[in-house]
Amino acid sequence: MTHILAIDDSRTIRSLLTMTLEGAGFEVTTAIDGVDGVNKFREQHADLVITDVNMPNKDGFGVIEDIRASDTNRGVPVLVLTTESGPALKERARKAGATGWIVKPFEDESLISVIRRLTGA
Amino acid sequence: MAHDPSILEAFFEECEDLIVALTEGLIEMREGHADAETVNAVFRAVHSIKGAAGAFALDELVGFAHKFETVLDELRSQKLKADEKLLRVLQRAGDILADLVDDAREDKPANRDVVDPVLAELQSFLSPEDEDAATEEEFVFEALTLDVGMPDAAPTGYRVSFQPSAEFYALGHDPALIITALMDLGETSVDVNLQDLPSEFADFEWSQGYLSWQIDIAGLTTDLQIQDIFQFMDDICALTIVPLGIIDGAPIQALDTLPECDPVSELTDPPIAPDLAEVRTAPVNPDPEPTTQRPAKKPAATTLRVDPERVDRLINAVGELIINQSVISQRLEEAELPNSAELFADLDDYKFLAREIQEGVMAIRAQPVKPLFQRMMRIAREAADATGKDVELITEGEATEVDKTVVERLADPLTHMIRNAIDHGIEKPEDRIAANKPEQGQLRLSASQRSGSIVIEIADDGAGLNRSRIQDIAVEKGLVSPDASLSDQEIDHLLFAPGFSTAAEVTNLSGRGVGMDVVKTAITTLGGRVAISTNPGFGTTFSITLPVTLAVMDGMIITVSDQTMVVPISSILETVRPNKNDVAKLGMNNELLKIRGEYVPIIDLAEQLGNQSSQREMVDRVLLLVQTEAIAQCALAVDDIFDQRQVVVKSMLGNYGEITGVSGATILGDGKIALIIDPDAVASVMANKTQLNTDNGEAAHVRAS
Repeated sequence: MTHILAIDDSRTIRSLLTMTLEGAGFEVTTAIDGVDGVNKFREQHADLVITDVNMPNKDGFGVIEDIRASDTNRGVPVLVLTTESGPALKERARKAGATGWIVKPFEDESLISVIRRLTGA
Repeated sequence: MAHDPSILEAFFEECEDLIVALTEGLIEMREGHADAETVNAVFRAVHSIKGAAGAFALDELVGFAHKFETVLDELRSQKLKADEKLLRVLQRAGDILADLVDDAREDKPANRDVVDPVLAELQSFLSPEDEDAATEEEFVFEALTLDVGMPDAAPTGYRVSFQPSAEFYALGHDPALIITALMDLGETSVDVNLQDLPSEFADFEWSQGYLSWQIDIAGLTTDLQIQDIFQFMDDICALTIVPLGIIDGAPIQALDTLPECDPVSELTDPPIAPDLAEVRTAPVNPDPEPTTQRPAKKPAATTLRVDPERVDRLINAVGELIINQSVISQRLEEAELPNSAELFADLDDYKFLAREIQEGVMAIRAQPVKPLFQRMMRIAREAADATGKDVELITEGEATEVDKTVVERLADPLTHMIRNAIDHGIEKPEDRIAANKPEQGQLRLSASQRSGSIVIEIADDGAGLNRSRIQDIAVEKGLVSPDASLSDQEIDHLLFAPGFSTAAEVTNLSGRGVGMDVVKTAITTLGGRVAISTNPGFGTTFSITLPVTLAVMDGMIITVSDQTMVVPISSILETVRPNKNDVAKLGMNNELLKIRGEYVPIIDLAEQLGNQSSQREMVDRVLLLVQTEAIAQCALAVDDIFDQRQVVVKSMLGNYGEITGVSGATILGDGKIALIIDPDAVASVMANKTQLNTDNGEAAHVRAS
């Protein structure tokens, strides 16, 4: 099963993601902040990572940088979950190493189709 | 997105936490710690609320949070300075945000009259261009499409040419997946161009993008689906999408970025994926660091969310356990078993364990008063603004833990008392200066745990209670007779009498149609008591004493007319077996207890509860000297007292409704049910009766209304 690591400090968003993604047949692991996210990434293989930007301890860009510098699975697709949109965000996400970005609030279908495309699931 | 009600509820619960974090941060900022970390924490709280609120289409909340967040962002990037003015506006914005969350929770529209001015104030900190930058512009996919000016013929397919850059791979994209996705769109032919591959294997850099592809997809009339596939990739691969029909004739400049494509192979199934995987893992550039598995970090601190009903069930069961334990103890004692010393030692262990379980279960329901106190910060701020007074609210003992129900039910009484203290207690700045006091008034809200009780104090440094004025008003309103001689304490407690209000006119602030009597009722319902101490010129302190738990209390077992009952230990000052000389008659039915030179009214409990008055002489009975609010000290006459014991309080509201003078019931060790007496209610019934007897009818009428 395609395994997704979802990192967001908002409990609400975590539950929403879990519900949406598990409903679409993905296996979901959640992490509550950047540090937790990076730890979980190192502990278990993820086929795709979704991360919030603004988080305590380590922000989403920091998470992506860590993932891209990691020993294993550094090429994993990483989606940034953000309330912002626009060129500036895109630029920053790109620079940090994000594969793509999803603007909150997201549509279930488009999120799922993006994930399917990026993971081939 | 999903609209599962349980997730919406989880959102509001999370909002509560976020509002607490927000308030905390704002307080720190006000105290001069507007450092990056604090500002960031506040920003994150607002940001999280906004982000999640968007999922539920709570537009008013999102709109406000967005503006709030934009200002915080400016502060974070040091384009704004955390001066007094900005901090004030941020505080108000925090209050409004909390309101909007409440409104959304109750599913009612926001009060724009309150929201809009703050929104405008937030806006005033933003220059127009900030606003532009922050405007949510929907990112539009900007794939390079050629405008070849062929409006007349709909295309019959597209040729997609793309060459990923090194970055493309680094960012986690996979050409095989893209090509597979394109192949799903229609009949496809795929050419791969390998000419950029280095001829020497040693020159191969795995991270470089050597390959490019050209894919023809037949049967498509728009390129929207293709663009969709290349979402996120507009800068990291050279991409052209051109309609198939015109390729031969039209100039294809865009393809200049691509090397000339040699059709190498007709791609049918995805052989690229394995190839690519090999290339990417080729040991050309081995990692300098050995791959060592890090030890698993300890998991972040988590909290467990439990349905309160489950905890209540547990509390109930533990209550039964304690009762059961005392039943067993009593049965064993009655059985008078030989050699039972060990058995009783074991029983003590059982008792100890039961008590420990009970404390543990109670601790689950315990919550710090901090969030409650923080709400009071806001109440105080608003009250100070509304009255034009300068008041500082100091909170102490925020970590004190109280039962969840108590925290919830204390909000209203505390709000009222804080408003009262600011409205009536603390003087206007000019009066304070005249009285040689600092211009800024101080209000201290503290919580502490003292010998099994929680004490919450609200202390102002205002003018203190004006007792003669209070008595005048009480007489005026018919609450006491004009010739009544009242002790200071009795006068103070007139504040809690229904229908009493000291303000000459009911002010907008502390009026609102409720008086301190409502405060008292709320606290009494929680099994607590309010005491007042005042020092003319130096201020007034209200002390609320609450039991630590609502479910268990220490009680004195008594009998009245052959009924076993329980009186809370907390209200008993002492027990007295009177001598004949200690009891004095007053009129026909009233008796007084003379104790240490003072006379205290005696209340016959049996009579008050509607039983036949005991035939026993007062000297054969026991008097419980109790502290009550209605008539200060009084003595409850009961037939006998037994031991002192912890009892589990069971509410009778659900089964019998409210019974004046009885606060609940408990099950005793022998399995019998005993009523728990509320001495305050008993005393006030008594006080009312006395009033009816002595006052004229009009006064009684006022009281009753």
